[in-house]
Amino acid sequence: MPGYQSDAKHLPIRNLNRCAWFGLWLAGLILTGCDMSEWNNPYPAAQRGKNILYASFEERPKHLDPVRSYSSNEYAFIGQIYEPPLQYHYLKRPYELMPLTATAMPEVRYYDAAGQQLPANAAADLIASSEYVIHIKPGILYQPHPAFARDANGNYRYLDLKPAELAGIRSLADFPATGTRELVAADYVYQIKRLAHPRLNSPIQGLMNDYITGLAAYAKMLSAADEAQPELEGFKTWLDLRTLPLEGAEVIDRYTYRVRIKGKYPQFMYWLAMPFFAPMPWEAARFYAQPGMQTRNITLDWYPVGTGAYMLTVNNPNYQMVLTRNPNFHGMVYPSQGEQGDVAAGLLADAGKPLPFIDQAIYRLEKESIPYWNKFLQGYYDTSGISADSFDQAIQFSPKGEAALTPVMRQKGIELLTAVQSSTFYMGFNMLDPVVGGNSMRARLLRRAISIAVDYEDYISIFANGRGVSAQGIVPPGIFGHGEGKAAINPFVYDWVNGRPQRKAVAVAKQLLAQAGYPNGRNRKTGKPLLIKLDVTGGGPEDKARFDWLRKQFRKIDLELVIRNTDYNRFQEKMRTGNAQVFMWGWNADYPDPENFMFLLYGPNGKVKHGGENAANYSNAEFDRLFDKMKNMENSPARYAIILQMTDIARRDAPWLWGMHPKQFVLTHSWYKNAKPNLMAHNTLMYKRIDPQLREQKRREWNRPVIWPVVVLSLVVLLSIIPGVIVYRRKEHQAARHTASS
Amino acid sequence: MFAYIIRRVLYAIPILIGVNLLTFALFFVVNSPEDMARMHLGEKRVTEQAIEKWKQNRGYDKPLLYNVQAEGVQVLTDTIFFTKSVRLFVLDFGSADDGRNIGQDILQRMWPSLAIAIPVFIVGLLVNITFALLLAFFRATYIDIWGVIGCVILMSISTLFYIIGGQYLIGKTLQLVPISGYDFGLNSFKFLVLPVLVGIIGGIGAGTRWYRTIFLEEINRDYVRTARAKGLSELRVLFRHVLKNAMIPILTGAVVVIPLLFMGSLLTESFFAIPGLGAYTIEAIQAQDFAIVRAMVFLGSVMYIVGLVLTDISYTLVDPRIRLN
Repeated sequence: MPGYQSDAKHLPIRNLNRCAWFGLWLAGLILTGCDMSEWNNPYPAAQRGKNILYASFEERPKHLDPVRSYSSNEYAFIGQIYEPPLQYHYLKRPYELMPLTATAMPEVRYYDAAGQQLPANAAADLIASSEYVIHIKPGILYQPHPAFARDANGNYRYLDLKPAELAGIRSLADFPATGTRELVAADYVYQIKRLAHPRLNSPIQGLMNDYITGLAAYAKMLSAADEAQPELEGFKTWLDLRTLPLEGAEVIDRYTYRVRIKGKYPQFMYWLAMPFFAPMPWEAARFYAQPGMQTRNITLDWYPVGTGAYMLTVNNPNYQMVLTRNPNFHGMVYPSQGEQGDVAAGLLADAGKPLPFIDQAIYRLEKESIPYWNKFLQGYYDTSGISADSFDQAIQFSPKGEAALTPVMRQKGIELLTAVQSSTFYMGFNMLDPVVGGNSMRARLLRRAISIAVDYEDYISIFANGRGVSAQGIVPPGIFGHGEGKAAINPFVYDWVNGRPQRKAVAVAKQLLAQAGYPNGRNRKTGKPLLIKLDVTGGGPEDKARFDWLRKQFRKIDLELVIRNTDYNRFQEKMRTGNAQVFMWGWNADYPDPENFMFLLYGPNGKVKHGGENAANYSNAEFDRLFDKMKNMENSPARYAIILQMTDIARRDAPWLWGMHPKQFVLTHSWYKNAKPNLMAHNTLMYKRIDPQLREQKRREWNRPVIWPVVVLSLVVLLSIIPGVIVYRRKEHQAARHTASS
Repeated sequence: MFAYIIRRVLYAIPILIGVNLLTFALFFVVNSPEDMARMHLGEKRVTEQAIEKWKQNRGYDKPLLYNVQAEGVQVLTDTIFFTKSVRLFVLDFGSADDGRNIGQDILQRMWPSLAIAIPVFIVGLLVNITFALLLAFFRATYIDIWGVIGCVILMSISTLFYIIGGQYLIGKTLQLVPISGYDFGLNSFKFLVLPVLVGIIGGIGAGTRWYRTIFLEEINRDYVRTARAKGLSELRVLFRHVLKNAMIPILTGAVVVIPLLFMGSLLTESFFAIPGLGAYTIEAIQAQDFAIVRAMVFLGSVMYIVGLVLTDISYTLVDPRIRLN
């Protein structure tokens, strides 16, 4: 048939053409593939080469309202936006407070019970109240925000919105107009009043009730006022705090305000460097309190309003959060002083240059450590921590035990920064427990024996990859009161051997145990084995290894450890009710003062009796007396001597097995500059600088797509179809033949 | 049919109340309102007054199920269960414990979930049916035997392995697409390739085996023999006759999951950092946010019931013998 012939003739030619086209396309793809890179770039092409910092967050920040926020992952954002009056020096160590929006450090005045001013060196017990007078710099402007937008008549444009005006509004960016205004002292006072707001649940309200004059009474008054406040669309209307005066926080003039504190509380200065004491414009509070805002998720807890170097321009914490340079930022310069070694480390190269350096910081949600780590290695994140999974790939230890980068990391130009964190992780003994608690010599010896047996150096090596230092006392390194050297070791647990502390032998622990009345781990009177119960949380494979290790430590001195594993809620309940015997817990410093650690063993701060943070329920009259004295002192040799005394008492009584202070390991790429761990400051982003060109070059080098396996796989799949077709045809013909023959 | 649908909707009400009650009981067996308050207020410096205030602000200061201090009908209505549950039935999910509007969040987060779930569902279904028909065609040959072995191997591998393996091979080693992340609009394409591929490959084993079984059951029926006897090609037999008659069991499995697609995948969304509803649920469980957990379980139940009704309706479309009355 002509038609058939015709087809038969042209088919191979057509196929040849197709093959040729396919070959050309493939060659083109491969050739262009040689020049193409960064197919795996998770960011839009428009961002290439821009002065943008890329970072990640693991968990959605719960609160961005400075009166509620109290965790580091939240401070990473609001620390760049809100500006309290004080800040920490970026480079100097020990940590040093300095003015931020304040013109100078606050003037502190002391008064006696009669209201007479006392000299600065007055004894703490004479001081009935203190006054902090803070002058702020004039001319500081808020970031552009709709709450400040005004119409042609000068009236606020969005502070009295009607439901119709909110139609089509889904986020803050949908408001077309923005405005700004100058920062004034009243904004700081407004924020202090917000600490007592009944609907805000500030975590430090309870603490500040004890210090800020009249705050507790103010909270009651606000509760009553809020009750009386009308509701609109199911939400309470705005409560104007400007009309409700607070005795402890007053505006003196446009740029000056005063905070009145009960007694003497020098640590208040540190609180003034925290976002709790950042300014809050009343316009913002009123703007967000309007009906219809909360149902659209437009709240102050979601959209901060500040004067800092950055403003939050994208807040989708399910995906990404973006900090963009605040065009109204008042300006600061990079510090020209630091600590020893900063010049050599290149940390003063930018001295005197205007801040911030980076235009935008993009934080992407990254819940899992493996993709996060791989993206860091591909150059898509500028810094990274080191998870246990990738530790061996990144770090190796020298024979002396010093951590260093592996050759692979060094080859990529990655740098390692380490810092001992201002935290402590300890094993606590419940002092109310009849077996391990109490002040008897028996219990004390038992606790000391356990303290020797549980080898925390081993724990750090196995479970923290060497990222930690074993604790000799309460105060971690970097905080006043921490000691180094022979004189600073815990003599009940360590000996000083060859210039370093060495844990006492297990035989010593056994001896102590025998003296306590438990020879070979058995009660001398009853002959029964002594069971120690450890309350823990967590049930993963790594936890199991940790629990096995702990049992082994106790078994070294013939003690049987019973691990009571529970969820965190029940664990906390046990701690509150005093039903735990031995437990593991930790504390992260709020501020760099020994008071913030010593109070963890202060009797009136006991968890069971007073609901405080003294989880061991330790109580020692001498320790408490010294604490009362120490907490109000300035850092001085006299204060240091008291801290040593307190540490000695605590070491002797051993309410804690002192545990460890964790060490932070951070990796940075070669294009990331001015990186210095600062565990106290929150506004550190503005000091960082990146070299976008170098980053772009490295990314191109590191991210060349490998196409050939895809091509090979495609060919294999295509070729595998051919035998299938042959088999199909054969089967069809067989079936036809079979049908024909039958 | 309309009466049937109305009847099914009415049947759904006691089911939803039961599901809600069960969720409530299970949640509060593990977490008390006080635990929730502590979780939200943080660990440091939390006072009893702050906890009480938190509970009061969010209505968790009421008794759980029965208010002995109330009178009349309020013994049941002035409780956490009633006040938190009743509005769900008009799909008013209220606010999460951090104050955010849950309905808004669901509307925002359903799209990334759908962006993965729809291609995985459609392409996955087509791939599975194609492979199953292929195995059915080559039944009792080495291709069939090795195909089934391959399916069993694919079924035996954990989803997590596919995810991590896919990220390692395609994202890290070959560097063809981003390892994880998400973007909106057309930019989302490169982020979706890997999770969709992983979702499809992960489902091939179980899906192909299931459909193969269905096809093999059909392939031995009399009407197939008749079709072959009439001289139809095997492909025509499979696609025109076997596939059409196997639609009821296929629909049973497929249509019921359609409404659930937007609920997202817990594991995939977490590993690929996709801001969908699966991740939303996991985050709520971790944060002990009862309001979100309750809303998502309720929504899941509603969607499941909708899926069942849709399945019933789809039967009438593929099998004219079935009437809903």
